[in-house]
Amino acid sequence: MPKIGSLDDLKKIRESALRDLTIRRSTGTKITVGMGTCGIAAGARETMQAILKELDSREIEANVATVGCIGMCSKEPLVDIEQAGKPRVTYANVHPPMVPRLIEEHLVNGRVVQEWVFGRVSDGGVAVPTSEES
Amino acid sequence: MRELSLHLLDIAENAIAAGARHLHISISESLATDSLVMTVQDDGCGMDAETLAKVRTPFFTTRTTRDVGLGIPFLAAAAERCGGGLEISSELGVGTTVVARFQRSHIDRAPLGDVAGALMAILLRGDDERLRLTYEHRIDEWVFAFDTRELHDLLGGMSPGDAAVRRWLSEYLARCEQELKEQSCPRSDLSTT
Repeated sequence: MPKIGSLDDLKKIRESALRDLTIRRSTGTKITVGMGTCGIAAGARETMQAILKELDSREIEANVATVGCIGMCSKEPLVDIEQAGKPRVTYANVHPPMVPRLIEEHLVNGRVVQEWVFGRVSDGGVAVPTSEES
Repeated sequence: MRELSLHLLDIAENAIAAGARHLHISISESLATDSLVMTVQDDGCGMDAETLAKVRTPFFTTRTTRDVGLGIPFLAAAAERCGGGLEISSELGVGTTVVARFQRSHIDRAPLGDVAGALMAILLRGDDERLRLTYEHRIDEWVFAFDTRELHDLLGGMSPGDAAVRRWLSEYLARCEQELKEQSCPRSDLSTT
């Protein structure tokens, strides 16, 4: 049976990754993208891909993970950005065209993009909605 | 969903939520028998007969935030709309298998879409980094198979989710999917994949 893909190709991944490791700037950041049925239907996979692409082109190191539905389905795609020592920020309705600005302002410039935020998780772990959500 | 790969991603999420350690996804296309079959099989907690009977309805879900679970009803509707159907088998404590069958050339059959992207989203699941994903995409006699265990062995200390690995892995998956499509489909049929 004709096969696509090979062990050699997989080995090349390791070589490329090792080379790549040295040039990335570490940010101590974790980015989480909602990927429940609601998220998927709203385009979260495309949002995730836009985030990965932006991180790659800026050579920024950040952990990117997906999670299931957290219940705010109409706000999907939801993107959480968590950085050491700072409260977790949840952005709502994040579509690919918004990603470059999000990464630039939040990760590079250290400024939360308030107009896209859904809520901030304070140190006590309680989500605080922004004024238009109350 | 506008692409079948999004259904795969969605059902895979169910498997992960069920505590799967091994998730197997397969897509089997046959131009000769005009069929497309997608299978998601897991070794998660499984379902008893009572739960199994309820999953096809839109008002059953295990999440606590609301009482709606649309993933399985959506997939069943998509398959039935294309001259096919959805079979679910499950055993408590063993796992679950979901099989969606479509008439491949049916006018309402959504394209597979970005399967590589769906696989990456599954691999980037935060809750469990030790999930083993085996994937097989067959179009007639051509096959692309992928096993994260093989990849783990090759990566040494790195994991698929690492920034440096992600990029190369998603390129590899996308390239193989593209090659599979090109090798197996005659020029004239490319537009219907």
